[in-house]
Amino acid sequence: MRIINRNPSRLTNFYLGLLPFAVTAAAYMIASHYRRLDNPSDKLLPSIGDMGASFYRMAFVPDRRSGDLLLWIDTADSLWRLGFGMALATLFALSIGLMIGFIPHARSALAPYIATFSLIPPVTVLPILFIIFGLGEAAKIALIVIGTAPVMTRATAQAVMDIPRELIIKAETLGASVLQMLFRVVLPQTLPRLITSLRLALAPAWIFLISAEAIASTTGLGYRIFLVRRYLAMDIILPYVVWITLLAFIIDRLLRWLSRRAFPWDHLEGDSL
Amino acid sequence: MSDVLISVRNVSKAYGETLVLERVNLDVESETFCTIVGASGCGKSTFLRMLLSQERPTGGTIKIANEPIADEPTPDRGIVFQRYSVFSHLTVEGNLLLATEFQHAPLTGRLMGKARASALEAIEDTLEKIGLSSARKRYPAQLSGGMQQRLAIAQALLKKPKILLLDEPFGALDPGIRSDMHALLRQLWKELGMTIFMVTHDIHEAFKLGTRMLVFDKVRHDPHQPDAFGATITYDLSLKDDNTNAPEADELFPARPDQTKGPLT
Repeated sequence: MRIINRNPSRLTNFYLGLLPFAVTAAAYMIASHYRRLDNPSDKLLPSIGDMGASFYRMAFVPDRRSGDLLLWIDTADSLWRLGFGMALATLFALSIGLMIGFIPHARSALAPYIATFSLIPPVTVLPILFIIFGLGEAAKIALIVIGTAPVMTRATAQAVMDIPRELIIKAETLGASVLQMLFRVVLPQTLPRLITSLRLALAPAWIFLISAEAIASTTGLGYRIFLVRRYLAMDIILPYVVWITLLAFIIDRLLRWLSRRAFPWDHLEGDSL
Repeated sequence: MSDVLISVRNVSKAYGETLVLERVNLDVESETFCTIVGASGCGKSTFLRMLLSQERPTGGTIKIANEPIADEPTPDRGIVFQRYSVFSHLTVEGNLLLATEFQHAPLTGRLMGKARASALEAIEDTLEKIGLSSARKRYPAQLSGGMQQRLAIAQALLKKPKILLLDEPFGALDPGIRSDMHALLRQLWKELGMTIFMVTHDIHEAFKLGTRMLVFDKVRHDPHQPDAFGATITYDLSLKDDNTNAPEADELFPARPDQTKGPLT
């Protein structure tokens, strides 16, 4: 049979998916092994065991100076910034996106403005944010909002405009007011798309969060990896990167689960992301 | 003519340079079942959209019951489209409740608790009639094409419109299902005493269902400028009694050397 027609079984599917991860881990362990043969105190490619020990220390041994469990403090602070920023961005995207998508006059007034704004490279605004908001939480959250909200707004407005016109007209013939159409037709038709755009925006949101934390912060996952970089502490940086990736993955899956749970009608046909 | 419900005077419609319809004149009495046929791109759907106020004529006037037509879609005209006619995010029940909810919950358009329960009771008959009682909790994507269109028709009739507009409603259905739908539609039309305009590609459907059939076609042609002239009503047939002396399809759509015809089955 030709290869395009051969589908892997469930088990094969699972192991094939695991394979590249296993190969990467094995390659790392071999490289790490040989480097440490040369120099047992090599910092660049620490052993898995060393990384585990360091990660355990970060998670469960109170810091000598502050007495805090650093990993959890970092995680909580970073997630709070990310969550607060994305919540604001989502609210903005929803309210402005609905207006742009649904009301032609609002579209004329706001669409070019938002489009222009979305083209500003967000990190270039960071110095301005630090000057205005100081080095505290507000500047970091503002960066996340400024970086993600315009693109999410455009995606939301497009989602509104993609609603078949027939549905809006049908609602009009059923006697709906603009507000009623907004609540009962446009909003529910748009929300699944909003969740998709939120999931896609999380990737840049993490970048802005880590950048802001790297530049000026006293806690956070991004702050920590840039701090320990000074000591070449790969045994902390690498587990932190894996941890951040895991958090991002879990958030993404939770949002997907939420979308399937809340909008079953949107997941009836075909596969989605 | 007594009791003219809709009168169309010298209506034309152009999109930029392209003239789609011109010099359309029509008087339709109430409780007429008016079928509209014509080749693809002859403007029959455009005409229907103007009757719905989805589009406005470039020239001329349309009056309903002696009043100028509203400038946006209103509940006195129901509509069934070929696709996207029902709300994909609502179950069968939800689709049928929506009109009541719009009426009784002015702000949010959503009924709760007791009000919702009594509204649900009110749609029981409708569900029974369109054979969707057992499918009440399903979403449109989980229904067959015929079930979806039955739901769409029932939904369009919720506001008891004087005029029901149908834009190729059965175009995507199997022949067997289609004739079931014809029976349902004829029955509803007789019961509710409304005026129906139905655009169709199927000339047999047009003869079978209508009491009056309109044929849209171009009468003037400029081979060098095919967009210069629009279509108009070329045949206006009363089908009230019998169809024995009705012209054949070939006669209604004379072949022209300068134009290839759209499919007419």
